[in-house]
Amino acid sequence: MHKAQSVTIDDVIKIAKLASLNILPEEEKKFAEQFSQAVEVVNELNEIDTKGIPETYQVTNLVNITRDDVVDHSRVLSQELALSQAKKTHSGFFVVSRVIDSTEEI
Amino acid sequence: MKELHTLSIKEVHEGYKNGDFTCTDLVKHFLRRIEKYNPKLNIYLNLNSRVIEQAEVLDREIKEKGIDRPLLGIPFAIKDNFLTLGIETTAASNILKGYLPQYESSVTQKLLDAGAIFLGKTNLDSFAHGSSTETSDFGPTLNPWNPERLPGGSSGGSAAAISAQLATAALGSETAGSIRQPAAWCGVTGFKPTYGRAGRYGCIAMASSTDSPGPLTKSIADAAIVTKVISGKDPFDATTSSLPVDDYPQFLGKQDLKGVKIALVKEYLLPQMRQDVKDLIIAAVSKLKELGAQVDEISLLDPKYSIGVYTVIQRSEVSSNLSRFDGIRFGHSRDVLCQETKRRIMLGTYTLSAGYYDAYYKKALAVRTKIVDEFTKVFENYDAIVGAVSPGPAQKVGATKDQPMFGEMEDILLEASSIAGLSGAGVPCGFVDNLPIGLQITCAQFNEKKAIEIADCYQRNTDHVKFPDLDKTL
Repeated sequence: MHKAQSVTIDDVIKIAKLASLNILPEEEKKFAEQFSQAVEVVNELNEIDTKGIPETYQVTNLVNITRDDVVDHSRVLSQELALSQAKKTHSGFFVVSRVIDSTEEI
Repeated sequence: MKELHTLSIKEVHEGYKNGDFTCTDLVKHFLRRIEKYNPKLNIYLNLNSRVIEQAEVLDREIKEKGIDRPLLGIPFAIKDNFLTLGIETTAASNILKGYLPQYESSVTQKLLDAGAIFLGKTNLDSFAHGSSTETSDFGPTLNPWNPERLPGGSSGGSAAAISAQLATAALGSETAGSIRQPAAWCGVTGFKPTYGRAGRYGCIAMASSTDSPGPLTKSIADAAIVTKVISGKDPFDATTSSLPVDDYPQFLGKQDLKGVKIALVKEYLLPQMRQDVKDLIIAAVSKLKELGAQVDEISLLDPKYSIGVYTVIQRSEVSSNLSRFDGIRFGHSRDVLCQETKRRIMLGTYTLSAGYYDAYYKKALAVRTKIVDEFTKVFENYDAIVGAVSPGPAQKVGATKDQPMFGEMEDILLEASSIAGLSGAGVPCGFVDNLPIGLQITCAQFNEKKAIEIADCYQRNTDHVKFPDLDKTL
Protein backbone atom coordinates (compact mmCIF):
# COMPACT_ATOMS: atom_id res chain seq x y z
CA MET A 1 0.00 0.00 0.00
CA HIS A 2 1.09 3.52 -0.75
CA LYS A 3 2.12 5.57 2.26
CA ALA A 4 0.97 9.12 2.90
CA GLN A 5 3.54 11.41 1.40
CA SER A 6 4.06 15.13 1.24
CA VAL A 7 4.54 16.95 -1.99
CA THR A 8 7.79 18.95 -1.79
CA ILE A 9 8.70 22.27 -3.37
CA ASP A 10 11.06 20.38 -5.69
CA ASP A 11 8.14 18.20 -6.77
CA VAL A 12 6.09 21.32 -7.52
CA ILE A 13 8.87 22.82 -9.65
CA LYS A 14 9.20 19.53 -11.56
CA ILE A 15 5.43 19.19 -12.12
CA ALA A 16 5.18 22.80 -13.32
CA LYS A 17 7.84 22.05 -15.93
CA LEU A 18 6.07 18.85 -17.05
CA ALA A 19 2.80 20.79 -17.35
CA SER A 20 4.51 23.67 -19.18
CA LEU A 21 3.39 26.20 -16.60
CA ASN A 22 5.34 29.10 -15.17
CA ILE A 23 4.58 29.52 -11.51
CA LEU A 24 5.56 32.33 -9.21
CA PRO A 25 8.09 31.69 -6.40
CA GLU A 26 5.40 32.39 -3.76
CA GLU A 27 3.14 29.80 -5.43
CA GLU A 28 5.75 27.03 -5.06
CA LYS A 29 5.42 26.70 -1.27
CA LYS A 30 1.66 27.30 -1.31
CA PHE A 31 1.07 24.65 -3.97
CA ALA A 32 3.32 22.15 -2.17
CA GLU A 33 1.19 22.54 0.95
CA GLN A 34 -2.11 22.42 -0.91
CA PHE A 35 -1.09 19.40 -3.00
CA SER A 36 -0.02 17.60 0.18
CA GLN A 37 -3.47 18.25 1.65
CA ALA A 38 -5.15 16.92 -1.49
CA VAL A 39 -2.92 13.85 -1.52
CA GLU A 40 -3.92 13.23 2.11
CA VAL A 41 -7.61 13.11 1.08
CA VAL A 42 -6.77 10.84 -1.85
CA ASN A 43 -4.76 8.55 0.41
CA GLU A 44 -7.95 7.75 2.32
CA LEU A 45 -8.74 5.51 -0.65
CA ASN A 46 -6.15 3.11 0.73
CA GLU A 47 -8.68 2.23 3.43
CA ILE A 48 -10.62 0.44 0.68
CA ASP A 49 -9.45 -3.00 -0.40
CA THR A 50 -9.30 -3.04 -4.20
CA LYS A 51 -7.25 -6.21 -4.59
CA GLY A 52 -8.28 -7.96 -7.81
CA ILE A 53 -10.77 -5.20 -8.74
CA PRO A 54 -10.33 -3.93 -12.30
CA GLU A 55 -10.16 -0.21 -13.11
CA THR A 56 -13.13 1.64 -14.60
CA TYR A 57 -11.75 4.04 -17.21
CA GLN A 58 -15.15 4.87 -18.67
CA VAL A 59 -18.76 4.04 -17.93
CA THR A 60 -20.37 3.83 -21.39
CA ASN A 61 -19.59 0.13 -21.97
CA LEU A 62 -18.95 1.14 -25.58
CA VAL A 63 -15.96 -0.55 -27.21
CA ASN A 64 -13.98 0.40 -30.33
CA ILE A 65 -16.32 2.94 -31.86
CA THR A 66 -15.18 3.55 -35.42
CA ARG A 67 -16.49 5.20 -38.54
CA ASP A 68 -15.86 4.56 -42.20
CA ASP A 69 -12.44 5.71 -43.32
CA VAL A 70 -13.67 8.33 -45.74
CA VAL A 71 -13.20 12.09 -45.62
CA ASP A 72 -16.23 13.70 -44.00
CA HIS A 73 -16.11 17.37 -44.91
CA SER A 74 -18.71 18.24 -42.30
CA ARG A 75 -16.11 17.61 -39.60
CA VAL A 76 -13.19 19.34 -41.30
CA LEU A 77 -12.33 23.00 -40.80
CA SER A 78 -11.11 24.90 -43.85
CA GLN A 79 -7.47 25.98 -43.63
CA GLU A 80 -8.55 29.59 -43.40
CA LEU A 81 -10.94 28.90 -40.53
CA ALA A 82 -8.45 26.67 -38.72
CA LEU A 83 -5.87 29.47 -38.80
CA SER A 84 -8.32 32.25 -37.99
CA GLN A 85 -7.68 32.33 -34.24
CA ALA A 86 -3.91 31.82 -34.33
CA LYS A 87 -1.64 34.66 -33.20
CA LYS A 88 1.11 33.85 -35.72
CA THR A 89 0.69 32.23 -39.12
CA HIS A 90 2.95 32.00 -42.17
CA SER A 91 1.89 30.92 -45.67
CA GLY A 92 -1.08 28.99 -44.36
CA PHE A 93 0.76 27.38 -41.43
CA PHE A 94 0.80 27.88 -37.68
CA VAL A 95 4.08 29.38 -36.45
CA VAL A 96 5.52 27.62 -33.40
CA SER A 97 8.65 28.15 -31.31
CA ARG A 98 11.68 26.10 -32.28
CA VAL A 99 12.05 23.09 -30.00
CA ILE A 100 14.66 20.98 -31.85
CA ASP A 101 18.27 21.96 -31.20
CA SER A 102 16.95 24.65 -28.94
CA THR A 103 19.46 25.93 -26.41
CA GLU A 104 16.72 25.86 -23.82
CA GLU A 105 16.86 22.81 -21.59
CA ILE A 106 13.76 20.67 -22.08
CA MET B 1 -51.38 38.49 -18.03
CA LYS B 2 -48.30 37.05 -16.33
CA GLU B 3 -45.07 38.95 -16.85
CA LEU B 4 -43.08 37.59 -19.79
CA HIS B 5 -39.99 36.57 -17.79
CA THR B 6 -42.08 34.31 -15.53
CA LEU B 7 -43.40 32.10 -18.34
CA SER B 8 -42.53 28.43 -18.85
CA ILE B 9 -41.68 27.03 -22.29
CA LYS B 10 -45.25 25.85 -22.71
CA GLU B 11 -46.64 29.24 -21.66
CA VAL B 12 -44.35 31.08 -24.09
CA HIS B 13 -45.60 28.85 -26.91
CA GLU B 14 -49.22 29.49 -25.91
CA GLY B 15 -48.50 33.23 -25.93
CA TYR B 16 -47.02 32.98 -29.44
CA LYS B 17 -49.99 30.94 -30.68
CA ASN B 18 -52.52 33.37 -29.21
CA GLY B 19 -50.61 36.34 -30.59
CA ASP B 20 -50.23 37.81 -27.07
CA PHE B 21 -46.59 38.73 -27.78
CA THR B 22 -43.83 37.98 -30.27
CA CYS B 23 -40.40 36.44 -29.85
CA THR B 24 -38.96 39.92 -30.44
CA ASP B 25 -41.09 41.27 -27.56
CA LEU B 26 -39.87 38.48 -25.30
CA VAL B 27 -36.22 38.94 -26.24
CA LYS B 28 -36.43 42.72 -25.77
CA HIS B 29 -38.07 42.16 -22.38
CA PHE B 30 -35.19 39.92 -21.28
CA LEU B 31 -32.60 42.37 -22.64
CA ARG B 32 -34.16 45.14 -20.52
CA ARG B 33 -34.00 42.93 -17.44
CA ILE B 34 -30.43 41.94 -18.24
CA GLU B 35 -29.47 45.61 -18.62
CA LYS B 36 -31.05 46.35 -15.26
CA TYR B 37 -29.83 43.41 -13.17
CA ASN B 38 -26.75 41.97 -14.85
CA PRO B 39 -24.34 44.73 -13.73
CA LYS B 40 -25.07 43.72 -10.13
CA LEU B 41 -25.26 39.93 -10.53
CA ASN B 42 -22.61 39.34 -13.26
CA ILE B 43 -24.54 36.47 -14.82
CA TYR B 44 -23.91 37.09 -18.53
CA LEU B 45 -20.34 37.47 -19.80
CA ASN B 46 -21.29 38.17 -23.42
CA LEU B 47 -24.56 38.92 -25.15
CA ASN B 48 -25.60 37.76 -28.60
CA SER B 49 -25.32 40.91 -30.73
CA ARG B 50 -27.60 39.47 -33.43
CA VAL B 51 -30.40 38.38 -31.11
CA ILE B 52 -33.01 40.91 -32.31
CA GLU B 53 -32.61 40.09 -35.99
CA GLN B 54 -32.70 36.36 -35.13
CA ALA B 55 -35.92 36.90 -33.14
CA GLU B 56 -37.48 38.66 -36.12
CA VAL B 57 -36.67 35.67 -38.35
CA LEU B 58 -38.28 33.34 -35.81
CA ASP B 59 -41.34 35.59 -35.61
CA ARG B 60 -41.83 35.24 -39.36
CA GLU B 61 -41.60 31.45 -39.00
CA ILE B 62 -44.14 31.45 -36.13
CA LYS B 63 -46.49 33.58 -38.19
CA GLU B 64 -46.18 31.43 -41.31
CA LYS B 65 -45.90 27.91 -39.92
CA GLY B 66 -46.97 28.08 -36.28
CA ILE B 67 -45.05 26.30 -33.50
CA ASP B 68 -43.63 23.24 -35.21
CA ARG B 69 -40.29 23.04 -33.39
CA PRO B 70 -40.01 22.09 -29.69
CA LEU B 71 -38.02 25.17 -28.62
CA LEU B 72 -39.14 27.63 -31.25
CA GLY B 73 -38.52 31.17 -30.01
CA ILE B 74 -37.40 30.09 -26.53
CA PRO B 75 -34.70 32.46 -25.18
CA PHE B 76 -31.74 30.61 -23.69
CA ALA B 77 -28.78 31.46 -21.51
CA ILE B 78 -25.78 29.34 -22.57
CA LYS B 79 -22.91 28.47 -20.26
CA ASP B 80 -19.77 29.97 -21.73
CA ASN B 81 -17.96 26.65 -22.09
CA PHE B 82 -20.07 25.73 -25.13
CA LEU B 83 -18.66 26.92 -28.45
CA THR B 84 -21.11 29.23 -30.21
CA LEU B 85 -20.49 30.55 -33.71
CA GLY B 86 -20.44 34.33 -33.75
CA ILE B 87 -20.49 34.72 -29.96
CA GLU B 88 -17.23 35.04 -28.03
CA THR B 89 -16.58 31.94 -25.93
CA THR B 90 -14.14 32.13 -23.02
CA ALA B 91 -14.85 29.34 -20.51
CA ALA B 92 -14.45 32.29 -18.09
CA SER B 93 -10.69 32.12 -18.59
CA ASN B 94 -8.38 34.93 -19.73
CA ILE B 95 -6.62 32.40 -21.96
CA LEU B 96 -9.66 32.43 -24.28
CA LYS B 97 -10.51 36.13 -23.99
CA GLY B 98 -11.63 37.29 -27.43
CA TYR B 99 -11.88 33.75 -28.83
CA LEU B 100 -14.42 33.39 -31.63
CA PRO B 101 -15.30 29.71 -32.07
CA GLN B 102 -14.76 28.14 -35.49
CA TYR B 103 -17.67 25.75 -35.07
CA GLU B 104 -20.88 25.29 -33.07
CA SER B 105 -21.05 22.76 -30.23
CA SER B 106 -23.29 19.74 -30.84
CA VAL B 107 -25.79 20.55 -28.09
CA THR B 108 -26.10 24.27 -28.94
CA GLN B 109 -26.60 23.25 -32.59
CA LYS B 110 -29.41 20.93 -31.47
CA LEU B 111 -30.98 23.77 -29.48
CA LEU B 112 -30.78 26.04 -32.54
CA ASP B 113 -32.22 23.30 -34.76
CA ALA B 114 -35.12 23.06 -32.31
CA GLY B 115 -35.73 26.80 -32.73
CA ALA B 116 -34.06 28.18 -29.59
CA ILE B 117 -32.59 31.68 -29.55
CA PHE B 118 -29.49 32.56 -27.50
CA LEU B 119 -29.51 35.70 -25.37
CA GLY B 120 -25.90 35.32 -24.35
CA LYS B 121 -23.19 33.34 -22.60
CA THR B 122 -23.13 32.85 -18.83
CA ASN B 123 -20.41 32.95 -16.23
CA LEU B 124 -18.83 29.84 -14.74
CA ASP B 125 -15.83 28.84 -12.71
CA SER B 126 -12.85 29.25 -15.00
CA PHE B 127 -12.87 26.13 -17.23
CA ALA B 128 -15.73 24.89 -15.02
CA HIS B 129 -13.11 24.13 -12.34
CA GLY B 130 -15.14 24.76 -9.23
CA SER B 131 -18.50 24.84 -7.48
CA SER B 132 -18.86 28.54 -6.74
CA THR B 133 -18.44 30.55 -9.99
CA GLU B 134 -15.94 32.46 -7.86
CA THR B 135 -12.89 31.20 -9.75
CA SER B 136 -14.11 32.92 -12.95
CA ASP B 137 -11.45 35.26 -14.37
CA PHE B 138 -14.27 37.76 -14.90
CA GLY B 139 -15.48 38.01 -11.30
CA PRO B 140 -18.02 35.94 -9.39
CA THR B 141 -21.71 35.72 -10.21
CA LEU B 142 -23.83 36.63 -7.18
CA ASN B 143 -26.80 34.67 -5.91
CA PRO B 144 -30.11 36.35 -6.86
CA TRP B 145 -31.60 35.32 -3.49
CA ASN B 146 -28.86 37.14 -1.60
CA PRO B 147 -26.01 38.97 -3.33
CA GLU B 148 -23.69 38.27 -0.40
CA ARG B 149 -23.89 34.60 -1.35
CA LEU B 150 -22.42 32.56 -4.19
CA PRO B 151 -24.61 30.92 -6.84
CA GLY B 152 -22.72 27.63 -6.71
CA GLY B 153 -21.04 26.27 -9.79
CA SER B 154 -19.65 25.62 -12.12
CA SER B 155 -22.87 26.44 -14.05
CA GLY B 156 -23.51 29.31 -11.60
CA GLY B 157 -24.30 31.88 -14.30
CA SER B 158 -26.88 29.61 -15.93
CA ALA B 159 -28.50 28.78 -12.56
CA ALA B 160 -28.61 32.45 -11.56
CA ALA B 161 -30.04 33.37 -15.00
CA ILE B 162 -33.04 31.15 -14.28
CA SER B 163 -33.41 32.27 -10.66
CA ALA B 164 -33.18 35.96 -11.64
CA GLN B 165 -35.47 35.22 -14.61
CA LEU B 166 -33.06 36.62 -17.18
CA ALA B 167 -33.83 33.77 -19.64
CA THR B 168 -36.62 31.24 -20.13
CA ALA B 169 -34.22 28.28 -19.98
CA ALA B 170 -30.48 27.70 -19.66
CA LEU B 171 -27.82 25.23 -20.73
CA GLY B 172 -25.16 24.01 -18.33
CA SER B 173 -22.73 21.15 -18.03
CA GLU B 174 -21.92 18.86 -15.15
CA THR B 175 -18.74 16.97 -14.38
CA ALA B 176 -19.67 16.28 -10.75
CA GLY B 177 -22.41 18.51 -9.44
CA SER B 178 -21.95 21.47 -11.78
CA ILE B 179 -25.61 21.53 -12.86
CA ARG B 180 -27.40 20.20 -9.79
CA GLN B 181 -25.42 22.09 -7.11
CA PRO B 182 -25.83 25.64 -8.55
CA ALA B 183 -29.48 24.78 -9.30
CA ALA B 184 -29.90 23.92 -5.61
CA TRP B 185 -28.10 27.06 -4.37
CA CYS B 186 -30.19 29.28 -6.67
CA GLY B 187 -33.47 27.41 -6.08
CA VAL B 188 -34.06 26.23 -9.64
CA THR B 189 -34.34 22.85 -11.37
CA GLY B 190 -31.22 21.21 -12.78
CA PHE B 191 -31.04 18.02 -14.79
CA LYS B 192 -27.97 15.90 -15.45
CA PRO B 193 -28.55 13.34 -18.17
CA THR B 194 -26.60 10.09 -18.22
CA TYR B 195 -22.99 10.46 -19.33
CA GLY B 196 -23.04 9.83 -23.09
CA ARG B 197 -26.70 10.83 -23.54
CA ALA B 198 -25.86 14.32 -24.89
CA GLY B 199 -22.78 14.99 -27.03
CA ARG B 200 -19.70 16.75 -25.68
CA TYR B 201 -18.40 17.97 -29.05
CA GLY B 202 -17.70 21.68 -28.73
CA CYS B 203 -18.10 21.69 -24.95
CA ILE B 204 -14.72 22.86 -23.66
CA ALA B 205 -13.43 19.71 -21.99
CA MET B 206 -12.89 19.35 -18.29
CA ALA B 207 -13.05 15.67 -17.29
CA SER B 208 -13.94 13.84 -20.49
CA SER B 209 -15.10 10.67 -18.76
CA THR B 210 -17.83 12.47 -16.77
CA ASP B 211 -18.67 15.77 -18.59
CA SER B 212 -22.44 15.84 -19.28
CA PRO B 213 -24.36 18.74 -20.84
CA GLY B 214 -27.81 19.40 -19.34
CA PRO B 215 -30.49 22.02 -18.71
CA LEU B 216 -31.22 24.44 -15.86
CA THR B 217 -34.85 25.51 -15.91
CA LYS B 218 -37.79 26.86 -13.93
CA SER B 219 -39.35 23.40 -13.65
CA ILE B 220 -38.69 19.75 -14.41
CA ALA B 221 -41.35 20.00 -17.13
CA ASP B 222 -39.15 22.49 -19.01
CA ALA B 223 -36.05 20.37 -18.28
CA ALA B 224 -37.76 17.34 -19.86
CA ILE B 225 -38.38 19.27 -23.09
CA VAL B 226 -34.79 20.55 -23.30
CA THR B 227 -33.23 17.20 -22.37
CA LYS B 228 -35.10 15.48 -25.17
CA VAL B 229 -33.78 18.04 -27.66
CA ILE B 230 -30.10 17.78 -26.66
CA SER B 231 -29.98 13.99 -26.25
CA GLY B 232 -29.02 11.34 -28.77
CA LYS B 233 -26.12 9.93 -30.74
CA ASP B 234 -23.63 12.62 -31.69
CA PRO B 235 -21.57 11.64 -34.75
CA PHE B 236 -18.82 13.94 -33.45
CA ASP B 237 -18.61 12.31 -30.00
CA ALA B 238 -17.81 8.59 -30.01
CA THR B 239 -18.79 8.26 -26.35
CA THR B 240 -22.45 9.06 -27.00
CA SER B 241 -24.95 6.22 -26.92
CA SER B 242 -27.05 5.02 -29.86
CA LEU B 243 -29.85 3.95 -27.53
CA PRO B 244 -33.10 5.61 -28.61
CA VAL B 245 -34.02 8.79 -26.71
CA ASP B 246 -37.20 8.47 -24.66
CA ASP B 247 -39.95 11.01 -25.17
CA TYR B 248 -39.30 12.61 -21.76
CA PRO B 249 -42.24 15.06 -21.72
CA GLN B 250 -44.51 12.02 -21.94
CA PHE B 251 -43.47 11.09 -18.39
CA LEU B 252 -44.78 14.35 -16.95
CA GLY B 253 -48.12 14.67 -15.22
CA LYS B 254 -48.29 11.31 -13.40
CA GLN B 255 -51.04 11.30 -10.78
CA ASP B 256 -49.03 9.59 -8.05
CA LEU B 257 -45.90 7.54 -7.37
CA LYS B 258 -47.58 4.22 -6.66
CA GLY B 259 -45.22 1.34 -7.38
CA VAL B 260 -42.11 3.58 -7.38
CA LYS B 261 -39.31 2.34 -5.13
CA ILE B 262 -36.96 4.94 -3.70
CA ALA B 263 -33.81 4.55 -1.61
CA LEU B 264 -32.78 7.11 0.99
CA VAL B 265 -29.03 6.77 1.55
CA LYS B 266 -28.23 6.85 5.26
CA GLU B 267 -24.66 8.08 4.69
CA TYR B 268 -25.92 11.04 2.66
CA LEU B 269 -27.47 12.60 5.78
CA LEU B 270 -23.99 13.71 6.77
CA PRO B 271 -23.12 14.13 10.44
CA GLN B 272 -21.90 17.68 9.73
CA MET B 273 -25.13 18.60 7.97
CA ARG B 274 -27.38 21.19 9.60
CA GLN B 275 -30.47 19.72 11.21
CA ASP B 276 -32.81 22.10 9.37
CA VAL B 277 -31.37 20.88 6.04
CA LYS B 278 -31.84 17.26 7.11
CA ASP B 279 -35.39 18.10 8.15
CA LEU B 280 -36.19 19.38 4.66
CA ILE B 281 -34.89 16.15 3.10
CA ILE B 282 -36.89 14.06 5.56
CA ALA B 283 -39.98 16.18 4.76
CA ALA B 284 -39.40 15.59 1.04
CA VAL B 285 -39.19 11.85 1.70
CA SER B 286 -42.48 12.00 3.61
CA LYS B 287 -44.05 13.76 0.64
CA LEU B 288 -42.79 11.08 -1.76
CA LYS B 289 -44.30 8.43 0.53
CA GLU B 290 -47.56 10.36 0.70
CA LEU B 291 -47.60 10.33 -3.11
CA GLY B 292 -47.43 6.55 -3.00
CA ALA B 293 -43.73 5.77 -3.31
CA GLN B 294 -42.09 3.12 -1.18
CA VAL B 295 -39.01 4.64 0.51
CA ASP B 296 -36.42 2.49 2.26
CA GLU B 297 -33.27 3.55 4.02
CA ILE B 298 -30.17 1.96 2.50
CA SER B 299 -26.43 2.09 3.09
CA LEU B 300 -23.74 2.98 0.55
CA LEU B 301 -19.99 3.52 0.64
CA ASP B 302 -19.11 6.59 2.74
CA PRO B 303 -19.33 9.52 0.28
CA LYS B 304 -15.96 10.82 1.55
CA TYR B 305 -14.28 8.21 -0.66
CA SER B 306 -15.89 9.63 -3.79
CA ILE B 307 -14.03 12.89 -3.04
CA GLY B 308 -10.71 11.07 -3.43
CA VAL B 309 -11.79 9.20 -6.55
CA TYR B 310 -13.22 12.30 -8.18
CA THR B 311 -10.21 14.46 -7.30
CA VAL B 312 -7.80 12.05 -8.96
CA ILE B 313 -9.93 11.40 -12.07
CA GLN B 314 -10.84 15.05 -12.57
CA ARG B 315 -7.34 16.46 -12.05
CA SER B 316 -5.78 13.77 -14.25
CA GLU B 317 -8.19 14.36 -17.12
CA VAL B 318 -7.83 18.15 -16.73
CA SER B 319 -4.05 17.96 -16.99
CA SER B 320 -4.43 16.10 -20.28
CA ASN B 321 -7.33 18.15 -21.69
CA LEU B 322 -5.82 21.54 -20.93
CA SER B 323 -2.55 20.69 -22.66
CA ARG B 324 -4.23 21.88 -25.88
CA PHE B 325 -4.17 25.45 -24.59
CA ASP B 326 -0.72 26.24 -25.91
CA GLY B 327 -1.42 29.70 -27.37
CA ILE B 328 -0.47 28.48 -30.85
CA ARG B 329 -3.73 27.61 -32.64
CA PHE B 330 -6.02 29.77 -30.51
CA GLY B 331 -6.05 31.63 -27.23
CA HIS B 332 -3.26 33.27 -25.30
CA SER B 333 -0.22 32.10 -23.33
CA ARG B 334 -0.55 29.61 -20.46
CA ASP B 335 0.88 32.32 -18.21
CA VAL B 336 -2.57 33.93 -17.94
CA LEU B 337 -4.22 30.81 -16.46
CA CYS B 338 -5.64 31.47 -13.01
CA GLN B 339 -4.26 29.81 -9.91
CA GLU B 340 -7.12 27.31 -9.64
CA THR B 341 -6.59 26.14 -13.22
CA LYS B 342 -2.84 25.82 -12.71
CA ARG B 343 -3.39 23.92 -9.48
CA ARG B 344 -5.73 21.42 -11.14
CA ILE B 345 -3.46 20.86 -14.14
CA MET B 346 -0.45 20.35 -11.86
CA LEU B 347 -2.12 17.99 -9.39
CA GLY B 348 -3.30 15.92 -12.36
CA THR B 349 0.17 15.95 -13.87
CA TYR B 350 1.43 14.67 -10.51
CA THR B 351 -1.14 11.84 -10.21
CA LEU B 352 -0.37 10.70 -13.76
CA SER B 353 3.40 11.00 -13.48
CA ALA B 354 5.81 8.08 -13.31
CA GLY B 355 5.85 6.51 -9.87
CA TYR B 356 2.43 7.81 -8.83
CA TYR B 357 0.21 6.54 -11.65
CA ASP B 358 -0.48 3.19 -9.97
CA ALA B 359 -0.79 4.57 -6.46
CA TYR B 360 -3.23 7.33 -7.35
CA TYR B 361 -4.79 7.03 -10.80
CA LYS B 362 -5.24 3.26 -10.97
CA LYS B 363 -6.27 3.08 -7.32
CA ALA B 364 -8.96 5.73 -7.88
CA LEU B 365 -10.25 3.87 -10.93
CA ALA B 366 -10.50 0.63 -8.96
CA VAL B 367 -12.56 2.37 -6.25
CA ARG B 368 -14.65 3.82 -9.09
CA THR B 369 -15.49 0.23 -10.05
CA LYS B 370 -16.69 -0.40 -6.49
CA ILE B 371 -18.91 2.71 -6.64
CA VAL B 372 -20.36 1.68 -10.02
CA ASP B 373 -21.04 -1.87 -8.77
CA GLU B 374 -22.75 -0.56 -5.65
CA PHE B 375 -25.12 1.60 -7.69
CA THR B 376 -25.84 -1.27 -10.09
CA LYS B 377 -26.95 -3.39 -7.12
CA VAL B 378 -29.12 -0.59 -5.69
CA PHE B 379 -30.86 -0.04 -9.03
CA GLU B 380 -31.73 -3.76 -9.25
CA ASN B 381 -34.18 -3.05 -6.42
CA TYR B 382 -34.89 0.66 -6.58
CA ASP B 383 -35.96 3.21 -9.20
CA ALA B 384 -34.21 6.16 -7.61
CA ILE B 385 -31.94 7.37 -4.84
CA VAL B 386 -32.83 10.56 -2.99
CA GLY B 387 -30.86 12.86 -0.71
CA ALA B 388 -29.71 16.44 -0.40
CA VAL B 389 -27.91 17.97 -3.38
CA SER B 390 -25.47 19.91 -1.23
CA PRO B 391 -24.68 19.72 2.51
CA GLY B 392 -26.02 23.24 3.04
CA PRO B 393 -27.34 26.41 1.41
CA ALA B 394 -25.32 28.86 -0.72
CA GLN B 395 -22.06 29.89 0.93
CA LYS B 396 -20.82 33.44 1.32
CA VAL B 397 -18.86 35.29 -1.34
CA GLY B 398 -15.16 34.71 -0.58
CA ALA B 399 -15.71 31.23 0.85
CA THR B 400 -13.45 29.57 -1.72
CA LYS B 401 -10.35 31.62 -0.89
CA ASP B 402 -7.42 29.26 -0.33
CA GLN B 403 -9.79 26.28 -0.26
CA PRO B 404 -8.46 24.10 -3.10
CA MET B 405 -10.89 21.30 -2.18
CA PHE B 406 -13.94 23.61 -1.79
CA GLY B 407 -15.86 22.14 -4.71
CA GLU B 408 -15.13 18.56 -3.76
CA MET B 409 -16.52 19.13 -0.26
CA GLU B 410 -19.64 20.93 -1.56
CA ASP B 411 -20.30 18.21 -4.15
CA ILE B 412 -19.71 15.30 -1.77
CA LEU B 413 -23.28 14.04 -2.28
CA LEU B 414 -23.12 14.18 -6.09
CA GLU B 415 -19.64 12.94 -6.98
CA ALA B 416 -20.43 9.23 -6.75
CA SER B 417 -23.36 9.56 -9.17
CA SER B 418 -21.21 11.50 -11.63
CA ILE B 419 -18.31 9.08 -11.42
CA ALA B 420 -20.78 6.30 -12.28
CA GLY B 421 -22.33 8.35 -15.12
CA LEU B 422 -25.88 8.22 -13.69
CA SER B 423 -28.82 10.47 -14.56
CA GLY B 424 -30.52 12.73 -12.04
CA ALA B 425 -32.63 15.73 -11.23
CA GLY B 426 -32.04 18.44 -8.65
CA VAL B 427 -35.21 20.19 -7.53
CA PRO B 428 -35.93 22.83 -4.86
CA CYS B 429 -37.31 21.34 -1.62
CA GLY B 430 -37.50 24.31 0.75
CA PHE B 431 -35.54 27.14 2.38
CA VAL B 432 -33.21 27.69 5.33
CA ASP B 433 -32.13 31.24 6.24
CA ASN B 434 -34.10 32.45 3.18
CA LEU B 435 -31.80 30.41 0.94
CA PRO B 436 -33.00 27.49 -1.18
CA ILE B 437 -32.13 23.83 -0.59
CA GLY B 438 -32.17 21.14 -3.29
CA LEU B 439 -33.29 17.53 -3.36
CA GLN B 440 -31.49 15.08 -5.66
CA ILE B 441 -33.44 12.35 -7.41
CA THR B 442 -30.82 10.10 -8.96
CA CYS B 443 -31.58 7.25 -11.33
CA ALA B 444 -29.70 4.57 -13.23
CA GLN B 445 -27.96 5.25 -16.52
CA PHE B 446 -30.48 6.01 -19.28
CA ASN B 447 -33.36 6.09 -16.81
CA GLU B 448 -33.88 9.85 -17.20
CA LYS B 449 -37.59 9.22 -17.65
CA LYS B 450 -37.95 7.91 -14.10
CA ALA B 451 -36.09 10.86 -12.57
CA ILE B 452 -38.34 13.18 -14.57
CA GLU B 453 -41.50 11.32 -13.56
CA ILE B 454 -40.65 11.42 -9.84
CA ALA B 455 -39.35 15.01 -9.85
CA ASP B 456 -42.39 16.23 -11.77
CA CYS B 457 -44.89 14.50 -9.49
CA TYR B 458 -43.05 15.95 -6.47
CA GLN B 459 -42.87 19.42 -8.02
CA ARG B 460 -46.57 19.57 -8.93
CA ASN B 461 -47.59 18.45 -5.43
CA THR B 462 -45.37 20.88 -3.52
CA ASP B 463 -44.80 24.61 -3.53
CA HIS B 464 -41.01 25.00 -3.35
CA VAL B 465 -40.34 26.60 -6.74
CA LYS B 466 -39.96 30.30 -6.00
CA PHE B 467 -38.22 33.24 -7.60
CA PRO B 468 -36.69 36.18 -5.73
CA ASP B 469 -38.02 39.71 -6.09
CA LEU B 470 -34.79 41.28 -7.34
CA ASP B 471 -35.89 44.78 -6.44
CA LYS B 472 -35.95 43.61 -2.82
CA THR B 473 -32.99 41.21 -2.69
CA LEU B 474 -30.49 43.37 -4.57
